[in-house]
Amino acid sequence: MIQKTMGAQSLAFTEAPCIISSASVVGKKESEGPLGDLFDMAGEDDLFGEKTWEEAESRIQKEACVLALGKAHVGPDQVRYLYGGDLLRQGIATSMGAEELQIPMFGLFGACSTSGEALALASMSAAAGYGEYMLAVTSSHFGTAEKEFRFPLSYASQRPLSAQWTVTGSAAFLVSSRPGPVRIAGVTVGKIVDFGLKDSQNMGACMAPAAADTIARNLEDFGREAQEYDRIITGDLGYVGQSILLDLMRERGIDISGLHLDCGKLIFDQQTQDTHAGGSGCGCAAVTLASYILPKIISGEWRRVLFVPTGALMSTVSYNEGASVPGIAHGIVLEQCPDWKEED
Amino acid sequence: MGNKTEKDVQAYRDYVKTKTPVHGLPLNMVKAFLTGGAICTLGEFILNYAEKMGLDKDTSASWCCILLIFLSVLLTGVNLYGRIAKWGGAGALVPITGFANSVAAPAIEYKKEGQVMGIGCKIFTIAGPVILYGIFTSSLLGLLWWIAKEMGVIR
Repeated sequence: MIQKTMGAQSLAFTEAPCIISSASVVGKKESEGPLGDLFDMAGEDDLFGEKTWEEAESRIQKEACVLALGKAHVGPDQVRYLYGGDLLRQGIATSMGAEELQIPMFGLFGACSTSGEALALASMSAAAGYGEYMLAVTSSHFGTAEKEFRFPLSYASQRPLSAQWTVTGSAAFLVSSRPGPVRIAGVTVGKIVDFGLKDSQNMGACMAPAAADTIARNLEDFGREAQEYDRIITGDLGYVGQSILLDLMRERGIDISGLHLDCGKLIFDQQTQDTHAGGSGCGCAAVTLASYILPKIISGEWRRVLFVPTGALMSTVSYNEGASVPGIAHGIVLEQCPDWKEED
Repeated sequence: MGNKTEKDVQAYRDYVKTKTPVHGLPLNMVKAFLTGGAICTLGEFILNYAEKMGLDKDTSASWCCILLIFLSVLLTGVNLYGRIAKWGGAGALVPITGFANSVAAPAIEYKKEGQVMGIGCKIFTIAGPVILYGIFTSSLLGLLWWIAKEMGVIR
């Protein structure tokens, strides 16, 4: 056995697979945000040369995969399995995006936590020896998400201050049993946590309990103090969700206020970009991981990070029918590989 | 809701409320008053101008509606109406211009899904409820009016 289970929900890899390359592609607004210069590719508009928002989202997913593969000099035919997902009905952005690459694939849905789900599965299959290379990719698009979950883009309405702005972006991660700069040392697969909130315009508050549950579970399963992580970074809780998460953790007797960052807060400038409670979407955590978090781990500024993408599980039907919006969060333990040297 | 009791759920909802920022009501009302007022003033201007040109009251009112709707649809098309509503809130949504926007916006968005399944089926996704319940309420009032008239309550 090259991996072992830890506690109730976690895995620790004894031979940890590595993220050997990653790439991010974003829209115009994201490229104008605080992380703007860090992304690999940015569109001049959000259509990326396509005719529809959906085609555009598929396009950026493909571009992110091709870029990540290119960085590692790995061809699509060398990738054993692709784990991908998005927010659209029947995961259509992934199906259409991954089609051209002709990599055997699994289509995933975990709302905005999908990047965690994809990385967990990719690292599990790489660690288990089911192939040398696995690709994990997720995407979201402001246009497709607004259309699917809210209103047509040009419809005039006032967004509540708790609403979040769906990130137009996609990031791909090449996970391999080969050595690399960052290893996935373990994963904590999250449970669905429902505190009964029904407000789909306050997703941070819907997801914060799930993030708290997964973080606490990770610490318990690995027998760690929070301070053993240099950072604990959630996916898209935003401003509202972050303050709730810190409260919920304090109730459990864990103080993460000095360690915690949120990708939804990092990706946009709330003051100038009119994004209200922050960014969201499958792309939010993914592009922030690829462009901002991984480089900091590679440089050694952070040596161990708990990356916790968060998802609000709902559909247009479920909230119209009055169902609550449960949350889910997956924990990915990322560690610097200090001995790793670039090969060429 | 899993193992949460109704009381837990309510406690969390109340707690979230204290954590969630909301738009300031007085400021929003002032903005809505100014925006709505500006649109209605424009309407009054069209109305008076049309009457001055010698049109009767009904025809002038029609011109007023047509021009306001046209303006709203045009501004929606060039992506400006949303910005007005973002600032003006209900002041931009309640007048006829807001209704026009709610029809034009889906038409633009769903055009890519085709003339029939896209525009045809989805153009009234937002305005539909207003139309349905508007007609329903008028029919109901009409019925009440007819009954009252038959019973001699009104003449």
